[in-house]
Amino acid sequence: MVSPEKRSEASAAVSVDDYGQFDTAWCPGCGNHSLLAAMKQALVGLGLAPHQVLVVTGIGQAAKAPLYMNCNMLTGLHGRSLPAATGARLANPDLTIIAESGDGCNYGEGGNHFLAAIRRNVDLTLVAHDNGIYGLTKGQASPTTGKGQVTKAQPFGQPSEPFNPVAVAVTMGAGFVARGFTGEPEHLAGLIQQAVQHKGFSLVDVFQPCVTFNHVNTFAWYKQRCYKLGPEHDPRSRDQALDRALEFGERIPIGVLYANDRPAFGVDLPTLKLGPLALRQPDFEALRGVMRSYL
Amino acid sequence: MPDSSIVILVGGEAGQGLVTIGQLMAKALVRAGYEVCVSQDYQSRIRGGHNTFVIRTGLDVFHAPCDKVDILVALNAETVARHKSQLTPGSIVVADEAIDTTGLNALRVPFRTLASKVVQDNVVALGVLGQTLCKDIGLLEQLLREQFAKKGQEVIDQNLAVLRAAYAWVKTQDHGFACLPPAPAYPAERLMLTGNEAIALGALAAGCNFCSFYPMTPGSSVALTLAEHAKFMGTVVEQAEDEIAAANMAIGAASAGGRALVPTAGGGFALMCEAVSLAGMLETPVVFVVAMRPGPATGLPTRTEQADLNLVLHAGHGEFPRAVFAPGSIAECFSLTHRAFAMAEKYQSPVFILTDQYLADSLQNAEPFNIDGLPEIPGPLLEPANPATYKRFALTADGISPRVIPGFSKALVIADSDEHTEDGKLTEDLTVRVQMVDKRLAKGQGLAAEAVPPSLFGEEGPNGSKDVDLLLVCWGSTFGAALEARERLAEQGRSAAVLHFGQVWPLAPDQFLPRLIAAKRTVCVEGNATGQLARLIRQETGFRFQGQVLRYDGLPITAAYILRGLESIL
Repeated sequence: MVSPEKRSEASAAVSVDDYGQFDTAWCPGCGNHSLLAAMKQALVGLGLAPHQVLVVTGIGQAAKAPLYMNCNMLTGLHGRSLPAATGARLANPDLTIIAESGDGCNYGEGGNHFLAAIRRNVDLTLVAHDNGIYGLTKGQASPTTGKGQVTKAQPFGQPSEPFNPVAVAVTMGAGFVARGFTGEPEHLAGLIQQAVQHKGFSLVDVFQPCVTFNHVNTFAWYKQRCYKLGPEHDPRSRDQALDRALEFGERIPIGVLYANDRPAFGVDLPTLKLGPLALRQPDFEALRGVMRSYL
Repeated sequence: MPDSSIVILVGGEAGQGLVTIGQLMAKALVRAGYEVCVSQDYQSRIRGGHNTFVIRTGLDVFHAPCDKVDILVALNAETVARHKSQLTPGSIVVADEAIDTTGLNALRVPFRTLASKVVQDNVVALGVLGQTLCKDIGLLEQLLREQFAKKGQEVIDQNLAVLRAAYAWVKTQDHGFACLPPAPAYPAERLMLTGNEAIALGALAAGCNFCSFYPMTPGSSVALTLAEHAKFMGTVVEQAEDEIAAANMAIGAASAGGRALVPTAGGGFALMCEAVSLAGMLETPVVFVVAMRPGPATGLPTRTEQADLNLVLHAGHGEFPRAVFAPGSIAECFSLTHRAFAMAEKYQSPVFILTDQYLADSLQNAEPFNIDGLPEIPGPLLEPANPATYKRFALTADGISPRVIPGFSKALVIADSDEHTEDGKLTEDLTVRVQMVDKRLAKGQGLAAEAVPPSLFGEEGPNGSKDVDLLLVCWGSTFGAALEARERLAEQGRSAAVLHFGQVWPLAPDQFLPRLIAAKRTVCVEGNATGQLARLIRQETGFRFQGQVLRYDGLPITAAYILRGLESIL
């Protein structure tokens, strides 16, 4: 969530240069490069300065993304970006919080947290780098690897059905579900912007090629299949959203699949209305009252 | 002095209301000025089974249960059968007239005459118990008014009538049970609370404002206590989807400016170990409460043990500093929890409180906690001196770097679970690696320098405990039983002292090794099968105890258990 005051305070001054330029550890041609550029563009477009943003990641090549731009960063454990981001959000309602990690991290190791994040609807944005393979550990199948795809770890073909994150999110009634493609960076930046602006949990699943380990889902493979959802798609309709979320074959839609107005976690919780935890003072008078309840 | 306590055992099936009877009677006794120590023994089920609520009461101070029973309140026949062997001479059984109490001094209560509704049986039992102890009915009347305040005057009046009928009935019986000696008028108000409630209050006094947890007996009640008071204290309490999430949420919250507590039990804590390592690496203050129960695996889910010291000492891969506290009383549950937060904040490290099912669930009286006398724990740092050059992991002599909370200044706070440079970014520079390990471990030196010394009870000669025949060493909840064992030994003319470790890591040998060496005999008393503290002390100092008293049957250690164990050692 970005409050209007914060936007106006920073927008005049923020430029993409504020987010810096860094050498990366990524392969040339990796989708991470254009996702990083789209992320910076989205944040600048929202008028957010680097110190107003906290990016929480897990572990994987995707999780290195905030190392390559100026921002507050918490790189935690594999699979655990969402719980750490949730904790940070509960502690501070004013920061812009983005969880960013790969398909293995979010949908494999952290699968239970993904489901819980949708249910909880905490106000944060999950940007899932989805290249259908484990890159950092050199090419094993991920939860989104296609059935039958051969890898060094699955020499007879990946035996399980792939996980469909957007269909799961739509089915569970997530507040904002989008899919992007790193071959469409402007479009992707727009999706990330809308996701950050959404009040509640938002998912942007991003198709990207892994040039080293995934020889099936290549840039060309995605380029041939991905099409942008047009005005005929009503993202407020869960039926339409589910139809589009399940469309995965010769044609794959990208854009905002689904959006609703579920209230974000905590809007009705008295303990979260008291502002950032860092600014609160222990209330010893109240504590004395609590202690008296044990007399 | 000899044991003057009276033990009341209320037994029955889960769901029969025995906890209500026990809690109200215990509170009445505390208000009347008696010492109270409750042990709860329950099975892992919501209905049925055999559960007990045991109140040990009297005028002397004690912090441990004991094995005898003076008043047996049997809500079913099984309770009589199971516990009649524990009955003392002069004891009494309180049971429904239909229950067979042949050969026992019994008050055979006509429950259906005294109360028309089965739901009021616990008020009947309470009234019979109150009059048997010769306690003023006014105390119980007031407690029933408080208990049923939300249900309206009619319900209150019905229950008061049942209570009075029970009192009147006992007066017509010739039971011969000696009344509790009168309590002196107690000078001040006293609390009655469990170990876990005291831990929660200690956390609140330390400014804890965030708790993430996944339910697990016997740790959950810390979170439930914080949740109960959240509307007054503003504490954010979130039940996570699993223990891994609970621990990582706490790290996220603490990184963003919260003061975080994670309560769990051994099995749940095992799932949190990777996050403990993360807190070590990111230098994040998080306090974990590990309430121990017998393992391995699911073990005995509702019983007590002290077997997770090794787990907590070694939890998390890699090397990083930590502190481990082991409160031995209700007062220490409060004060050491406050201390745990102070150390976690100062040294930016994971800190642990080890308690166990016995102490977690044990209701005891306690002096009101001195909230105003606690040392202040500084609040979070919102802005560094120079935001443009801020480095989260700046190298310092004591290893402590200014920990800025992100979002409150233009400083960027960068923290990577990979080995990192001073500015927090991933590095594979091996020189930096060594600097960072040394920096983190330097904080361990500070934690050791500030370790809470073990407390000594008993005669002390001019050179420590050299005149003492026997030094009993204990940690955590075993403290109360060890103190009582010392008194029993003194009655036998044997001088003994107790050395209680309220902090079990880091150990500062200067604080205790001379005393161990000076004592003629040393025995380590622990609620586990392998002597984990004894092994730790030997590892750190080379000192080997002459004997050990160990208990691992799931029950709390008592003075009698220690004395039996000493027979084969001394």
